[in-house]
Amino acid sequence: MASTDTTPAQDAGSVEAGLDALETQATGRPTLRQTLVNKILPPVIALAVVLAVWALLYPVVDNPSKLPSPAAVGSTFKEAWLQGDLLGYIWTSVSRGLLGFFFALLIGTPLGLIVARVKFIRAAIGPILSGLQSLPSVAWVPPAVIWLGLNNSMMYAVILLGAVPSIANGLVSGVDQVPPLFLRAGRTMGATGIKGIWHITLPAALPGYVAGLKQGWAFSWRSLMAAEIIAQFPDLGVGLGQLLENGRTNSDMAMVFEAILLILFVGIAIDLLIFSPLERWVLRSRGLLVKS
Amino acid sequence: MATTTTLAKADESVEYAARLEHVSKSFAGPGGQQLVLDDISIDVAPGEFVTLLGASGCGKSTLLNLVAGLDQPSTGAITTDGRPALMFQEHALFPWLTAGKNIELALKLRGVPKPERRGKAEELLELVRLKGAYGKRVHELSGGMRQRVALARALGQESNLLLMDEPFAALDAITRDVLHDEITRIWTETGISVLFVTHNVREAVRLAQRVILLSSRPGRIAREWTVDIPQPRRIEDAPVAELAREITEELRGEIRRHGQH
Repeated sequence: MASTDTTPAQDAGSVEAGLDALETQATGRPTLRQTLVNKILPPVIALAVVLAVWALLYPVVDNPSKLPSPAAVGSTFKEAWLQGDLLGYIWTSVSRGLLGFFFALLIGTPLGLIVARVKFIRAAIGPILSGLQSLPSVAWVPPAVIWLGLNNSMMYAVILLGAVPSIANGLVSGVDQVPPLFLRAGRTMGATGIKGIWHITLPAALPGYVAGLKQGWAFSWRSLMAAEIIAQFPDLGVGLGQLLENGRTNSDMAMVFEAILLILFVGIAIDLLIFSPLERWVLRSRGLLVKS
Repeated sequence: MATTTTLAKADESVEYAARLEHVSKSFAGPGGQQLVLDDISIDVAPGEFVTLLGASGCGKSTLLNLVAGLDQPSTGAITTDGRPALMFQEHALFPWLTAGKNIELALKLRGVPKPERRGKAEELLELVRLKGAYGKRVHELSGGMRQRVALARALGQESNLLLMDEPFAALDAITRDVLHDEITRIWTETGISVLFVTHNVREAVRLAQRVILLSSRPGRIAREWTVDIPQPRRIEDAPVAELAREITEELRGEIRRHGQH
């Protein structure tokens, strides 16, 4: 590009264009095949191994009331599906879990923001909020039953007590980890007060917040299952927790296994469908996700 | 002594872009109050390029923070023509925004109406020769490109004064050299005043019309040079090297004093 009589500015421009080209790396998305081999195949193999070990153990234990065969659990699933109950069980629990999580979000977010920003509030309830995370949420079931009775409000109360601390704590640690440089840069641009919170603090704290949401969902789901197992009442309908407890009272081990597998799968599915993509999107857009 | 930081109105005609009058700054340290800056008086004329040069502990960055209004002087007064823009050693671009949106945020906070922002951001990117980088994420850009986006964002504040805190110190020598050409060109094209902090003597001479040497602990003005080598200069030009040698001698003398007791 360099000709005999370039001006210094043109010269610098062409050098610069060359440097930019040299220092920019091409980034591509993984192919379908790569995704299949790297992401799908390993868990499928792991699942197959678990099933194989189970099938091998079954004749060794030789006691269906302790360890049902994979086939027996499979037929329990099939039966529940054919009777049209399976989706009902799942929906009862999932709708409760997601609605409860949504309320936890509405309460935990402003709470976290206040704890992160107001020194007095932080000193007052910050330690309690982190301490609550280590309290098993099943501990809230007895008082919730006494306060609210055997109804849906009691379930939601238990979910809230389990998830709100996680969500609030996630936001607090997200805010704490905002690099001071961003705040300084924001202030020189005129982002102070509310504008500073909206344009700088909150977006900068998003990775910590999303990690809190993810944990908050896990806690919601666990709390709900504890509540459903303990609080049995015909009007509450049959969710996955009740299904598990019904299996136990009927000494039906296949039903117990069915319920445990469903609880596990629903928890994983919600995480895979909602929270993990959200987290990946937040991290990838910031260049924080290291490609393996 | 009165402590004031006054923002003069932009439409007022002023004969300086920044005026520092007898500015001192002390911080509470382990052994009581520690004086960091002592009686600094500097006038930066509109369109002037001034570099502040000094070793560690001369309070360069503290001084820029004061001028930027991020902190208040203990005594003395600082007057600037509007709110100055500030560029850091780290690019300080927001990773949740694209290059273009980073610039648009500066425009938005300045009150530029939404329909005009996109066009202005593209213009600023073109000024730093990054046409086409609008939608790029910060991590997709090289170090030099990031600093140029940061420069474009600072220019987007349409301030009359640009403060630069060792903005090229973390870059490799080749990139730094090119960015010296760039900042000189943009300074000439826009007529903005620049107060540039560095500990690189050649860089100071390469860029500035005036070099101010600060002593360390506390930071005082030790000496001042007017650089009348015509632009465009190169860092390896003989007159640049010659003046840099003179200033380096002086700087070394300043540093030596601290080892003597």
